[in-house]
Amino acid sequence: MIHSRNLPFVTTLGIFVVAYALCVMQFPNMLSTRVIGNLLTDNAFLGIAAVGMTFVILSGGIDLSIGSVIAFTSVFTAVMVGSLGVHPLIAFAAVLVISTLFGSLMGAMIRYLGIPPFVVTLAGMFLARGAAYLISTESVPISHEMIDAIQGFYFRFPGGGRLTALAMLMLAVFLIGAFVAGRTRFGANVYAIGGSQQSAELMGVPVGSTTVGIYALSGFLSGLAGIAYTLYTSSGYSLATVGVELDAIAAVVIGGTLLTGGVGLVAGTFVGILIQGLIQTYIVFDGTLSSWWTKIVIGVLLFVFIVLQRGIIWYSNRKLAESRLTASAQKS
Amino acid sequence: MSDKNSLLEARGIGKSFLGITALDGVDFTLERGEIHALLGENGAGKSTLIKILTGVYSRDHGNMWLDGAEVTPANVAEAQALGIGTVYQEVNLLENLTVAENLFLGRQPRRFGLIDRREMRRRSQALLSRYGLDIDVDALLSSYSVAVRQIVAIARAVDLSGKVLVLDEPTASLDAHEVEMLFSVLSKLREDGLGIIIITHFLNQVYAVADRVTVLRNGRLVGTKKLAELPRLELISMMLGRELQHITREHQAQEETVASTAEAPIRFSGYGKRGSVAPFDLHIRPGEVVGVAGLLGSGRTETAFLLFGIDRADSGTATVDDRNITLSSPEAAITNGFGFCPEERKTDGIIGDFSVADNIALALQARQGWSKPISSREKAALAESFIKSLDIRPADAERPIKFLSGGNQQKAILARWLATNPRLLILDEPTRGIDIGAHAEILKMIERLCAEGMSLVVISSELEELTAVAHRVIVLSDRRHVAELSGDRLTADNIMQAIASSARMEAAE
Ligand SMILES: Nc1ncnc2c1ncn2[C@@H]1O[C@H](COP(=O)(O)OP(=O)(O)OP(=O)(O)O)[C@@H](O)[C@H]1O
Ligand SMILES: [Mg+2]
Repeated sequence: MIHSRNLPFVTTLGIFVVAYALCVMQFPNMLSTRVIGNLLTDNAFLGIAAVGMTFVILSGGIDLSIGSVIAFTSVFTAVMVGSLGVHPLIAFAAVLVISTLFGSLMGAMIRYLGIPPFVVTLAGMFLARGAAYLISTESVPISHEMIDAIQGFYFRFPGGGRLTALAMLMLAVFLIGAFVAGRTRFGANVYAIGGSQQSAELMGVPVGSTTVGIYALSGFLSGLAGIAYTLYTSSGYSLATVGVELDAIAAVVIGGTLLTGGVGLVAGTFVGILIQGLIQTYIVFDGTLSSWWTKIVIGVLLFVFIVLQRGIIWYSNRKLAESRLTASAQKS
Repeated sequence: MSDKNSLLEARGIGKSFLGITALDGVDFTLERGEIHALLGENGAGKSTLIKILTGVYSRDHGNMWLDGAEVTPANVAEAQALGIGTVYQEVNLLENLTVAENLFLGRQPRRFGLIDRREMRRRSQALLSRYGLDIDVDALLSSYSVAVRQIVAIARAVDLSGKVLVLDEPTASLDAHEVEMLFSVLSKLREDGLGIIIITHFLNQVYAVADRVTVLRNGRLVGTKKLAELPRLELISMMLGRELQHITREHQAQEETVASTAEAPIRFSGYGKRGSVAPFDLHIRPGEVVGVAGLLGSGRTETAFLLFGIDRADSGTATVDDRNITLSSPEAAITNGFGFCPEERKTDGIIGDFSVADNIALALQARQGWSKPISSREKAALAESFIKSLDIRPADAERPIKFLSGGNQQKAILARWLATNPRLLILDEPTRGIDIGAHAEILKMIERLCAEGMSLVVISSELEELTAVAHRVIVLSDRRHVAELSGDRLTADNIMQAIASSARMEAAE
């Protein structure tokens, strides 16, 4: 039996499969490993960031700083490697440390100063974007043999598709993220805090360290997404990835995670990313549609999903009332 | 220094909140292998003491020792690590997690660093079977009734408590059978040498299960006594600091007047809902108190839901003043002058950051419509009068309600409905969690309101309370109205008998 808390995920998956089938009926070419490989590569940085966002939303919070942190990371990396000649690995390590610290700092402010996540990460968004501008307002190209090697690395699918390093990185992040959420104590604590922070605290959940951990994770993954973006575009640009946090939130919500926290799956976010990628691919295949249709369809989907979630809450409340009746009927 | 024999010892515990002294120099000692009741009026400081002992609050003064070693748990996790398991008054665990996840949150069995779900499920089932609970532990906690959730919370705390188990009003939503089950588990734990602290307002339960009692009043220690040597009346006066005035029944006279105004303006005929409550007739006269008795799950709350339009009836009619009405929603019921104070008001009814006055004025405001705001002067006057008549403490109408003790919050919610001055007020377990002094006040208040012409439907598991306030009592069993008792036949024994005989009849069928 499908437990009602997995219902949003199952629905999303169903929508994706049906939508994909419809697309393939119209453009049989869309059923190729090439298309799938590109879809994964094109959305790799967004997917990585969306995993962090999933944890944040599961805990009942929000992280608006993601897009800015990605931009900061990419400019920072590009300048370090492209202009200053630092080895990419050192640059990567440095940005991951910075973005993780940045996330932890936001988490600590949320927890220990009691400022709402929305406000703290909004400030973080401006701060990171400002820091990116400070480094450079130009698009900084980047080239290094190691980066070329990463960009050139891929597995070939039968049928000509390519599973690139970026796509593999994203898949690995989703896989690890799913394990952390579903099978570790940290993950369980995230769900607990999302359910009710007060109850979680009284049940002995270390709310402080978990909250800091969640935003640190989101910061780390934003940094990683920034690296992926740099590799994807071979450059760093401080004006890039504006509003990516909203795309990430959309992927999370379409993936069935409740915005109020406590309910959702990392796998759902993956399907959310796939759906967004599918819409983009369809528009490319069609060739006549404006790319803004992506936004419109995502907007419609978001509405559908929020209504759906309402419906599920209503349905499970009714189920609760019914089960209460049958339970007490059995008792008497 | 501490007494080496005691399991848990606290000396001179003091705590104040924003200038209000909640605890003042309280000493408390828990021995191994004892069940220790912690009693006191609403707001006496019981929950605060518990929270200090278990690391939720930090204390301002005093020291505590566990097993002779001085300890200062800084949070719940530390207290749990020390072997102290607690069920707090306001916690109902996490509804978005499964039963098993709730039971093992923070201490999940792991294999290779990953949570072992199968092991967790197995252990959860084993744990709950000790309480006679055989449920799907992978279902969400929210899919179970309050009573089941309460048992899960208790099972978790018991399992966590290596040394000390603390239960803050654990029995408030359990039926008699479940309470018995809990007490037998507690007795077993006592034999194992655990120290158990239990807070409750049911004195019967205190005498049934506890060995010693510590009484607090206004944040101060009144004393610690052996229950075997403490008569009930003395215990009550320890708690109240005065004798309890007995509620005198003046029903005989009233019954005449009620009976003489023969026509009942509020009538439910053949009213029922399939799968919920079998069709029943209920005619309510002004000034009448109709009691509803029955075991948990007999359809008491469901009856209330029907009367207040939370559930829609699928048979029968409702009339008010010979006018047919449709109770399709609580709003419709409120418009017809009905009020309903639900059983789960503790969790559902309160808006924590609002002041006591705002919380009281809420239903009245809703009834008047939001376009006609209640002036702050009216609001204050309203709050003042209820704070006085229900003895809400501290008597500060502007304090956010979340800072009040559990029982005082309940009084404020009761005041909210009384303030709407409904013609029919439905009270589901109106005195749960309310101390014995306030209990008497509330019963008195009910009598006064009825004298003014309000009708009441009171649902209660305390038969003594029902027979004291109700003019007639409807007995429910297995979702049917099986008997109606009034006049001389209205006694607790007869109610018990009505429940028992109908149960027997079913068994015979
Ligand atoms: N967090 C808080 N902030 C401010 N005041 C508080 C807080 N917690 C408790 N108090 C106050 O401390 C006093 C003691 O409250 P406590 O909850 O310990 O009472 P209690 O004995 O548990 O009562 P009840 O039987 O109603 O549960 C009350 O006056 C209450 O208003
Ligand atoms: Mg209390």
